[in-house]
Amino acid sequence: MKNSGPNEKGLLRIENANKSFGGVHAVRDVSFEVQEGVIQALIGPNGAGKTTLFNLITGVFPLDTGHIIFNDQDTGDKKIFNLVSMGIARTFQNVELFTGMTVLENVLVGLHVRTKCGFLGAIARLPNVQREEKEAREKAMHWLDFVGLAHAANNKAGDLAFGWQRSVEIARALASEPRLMLLDEPAAGLNANETGQLGDLMRQIRDLGVTLLLVEHDMSLTMEIADRIVVLDQGAKLSEGTPREVQADEKVIAAYLGA
Amino acid sequence: MVFTLFAAVIICTGAALEGDYYHEQLLTFIGIFTLLAVGLNMLMGYAGQISLGHAAFYGIGAYTTGALTVHLQWSPWASLPCALIMAGVIAYIVGKPTLKLSGYYLGMGTLGFGMIMHVLFREWTTITGGPNGLVGIPSLSLWGLDLSTGRNYLYVVWGCVLLTFFICDRLVNSRVGRALRAIHYSEQAASAVGVDTAKAKLQVFVFSAVVAALAGFLYAHMVMFISPGTFTFLASVKLVAMVVIGGMASIWGALLGATFLTLLPEHLSVFADYEMIIYGGILMGVMIFLPQGLTRGVLDIYEKFRAKRKGTVED
Ligand SMILES: Nc1ncnc2c1ncn2[C@@H]1O[C@H](COP(=O)(O)OP(=O)(O)O)[C@@H](O)[C@H]1O
Ligand SMILES: [Mg+2]
Repeated sequence: MKNSGPNEKGLLRIENANKSFGGVHAVRDVSFEVQEGVIQALIGPNGAGKTTLFNLITGVFPLDTGHIIFNDQDTGDKKIFNLVSMGIARTFQNVELFTGMTVLENVLVGLHVRTKCGFLGAIARLPNVQREEKEAREKAMHWLDFVGLAHAANNKAGDLAFGWQRSVEIARALASEPRLMLLDEPAAGLNANETGQLGDLMRQIRDLGVTLLLVEHDMSLTMEIADRIVVLDQGAKLSEGTPREVQADEKVIAAYLGA
Repeated sequence: MVFTLFAAVIICTGAALEGDYYHEQLLTFIGIFTLLAVGLNMLMGYAGQISLGHAAFYGIGAYTTGALTVHLQWSPWASLPCALIMAGVIAYIVGKPTLKLSGYYLGMGTLGFGMIMHVLFREWTTITGGPNGLVGIPSLSLWGLDLSTGRNYLYVVWGCVLLTFFICDRLVNSRVGRALRAIHYSEQAASAVGVDTAKAKLQVFVFSAVVAALAGFLYAHMVMFISPGTFTFLASVKLVAMVVIGGMASIWGALLGATFLTLLPEHLSVFADYEMIIYGGILMGVMIFLPQGLTRGVLDIYEKFRAKRKGTVED
């Protein structure tokens, strides 16, 4: 959401990324860029390495070789929480909420990197801490409102219907004020109606100036919403281009039809 | 406010017990165990990390103040900060490597640490007095006021409990407390939203160790004699049982658990013989049937029951 002028180079640049788990070469020499302000999709069959790539971008584990550059900074030596404060947020393929906490509290945890109060500050609870807490709650409510869940703020997150849990996760990610948001199969488990709403929500998020990189299996949603698509297969990049280009690519057709 | 009410209850109880030495002392012990339980609860109940060696920090608090006051004739008020800092620093050293990893490494680490400390208390005779214990620890007094009488000491201990409750309550309802609870529910997600999970866990571990050392300090200057038998693995398990019974993630539950497990052996003499088995049984039962602890578990059942009666189902 912070715009620091145009980047000629991509906001996110993956350069010759490699990652193996034992004998499994999950990501092979993948390179691509994500331009600021777009919705970009990452597609490919199960096991293609999409989630692994997300984990590499968010710093869950290090690259074997290659570079990931975000906002002109190499992310190789950064801790996860550094990357979050630099502006990378994510959601998980299997929704990961703090189930026993309220919906509002979940989003407040999303504000962690944008707030400061530490151990002693929490105990002393001086006026600046109180002010920060109040503002944090307002912001969290704003994001809940944004995803249409303000009415459920005080419900336990684990008690919500699945589709709503997805929205809480998105609100929580937005709360960290990202510049780049990674969504791992956000439409999985949603019905047609919810999927449509999700598409609208993603456009609204992009209109806030947040760049989106999503993994998605729902092809009609992907083709409709994505400005650009990268196709992975067995860890390697198979194709890249606009939805139209990718759909017409022989290699992609072959991979998807299993030929 | 609930804390004012709590303070009033303590003062009235203290006044009502005037002269009843046995009950004054019992209540003081309950206070000391409540301190231990509420500190450990911050670690277990909120952050979801288990310590199986918490009696060691209790012992570090007691032995630090004991050694400084007995061997070096320090004033207890000078040894108090040393006892707290000692426990904090040691907790930091133990926690730093183990808390980087998620899972049960802290449990394993603290288990071993507790055993080592127990051996140290028993064998480092020049400092600790060895198996015979350390004798001659002074009682507390402040500006000429003798704090060692039954009622005064009860007030001192419960004053500390109240203060610790207050601090824990503020911590829990803050950015820090939310991060800790988040770690409990999903360490992966907590770290993905930018919580420095290793740091948060280490902080709360150090905090719980410092509270345990405060309890150790109060214990040492109450009984004026300490021996290794108080700070054993069994004592650590008993503390875990208090937290679990009291309902994890509930400050007042710690009070309940500590009270229950302090009174039980008093009123049930067979208890002493089967202590270990009973604690083990309680722990297993609660973990299997009510993983959130007794108070929370009962509350959950009640909420479910009420929701069913109202027929309200989300969405
Ligand atoms: N943490 C891990 N440890 C071991 N193997 C993994 C791990 N994460 C992913 N893999 C393996 O990497 C490959 C790619 O998986 P993944 O990235 O989840 O694929 P996708 O998200 O495209 O379905 C799979 O073979 C998977 O088993
Ligand atoms: Mg995946």
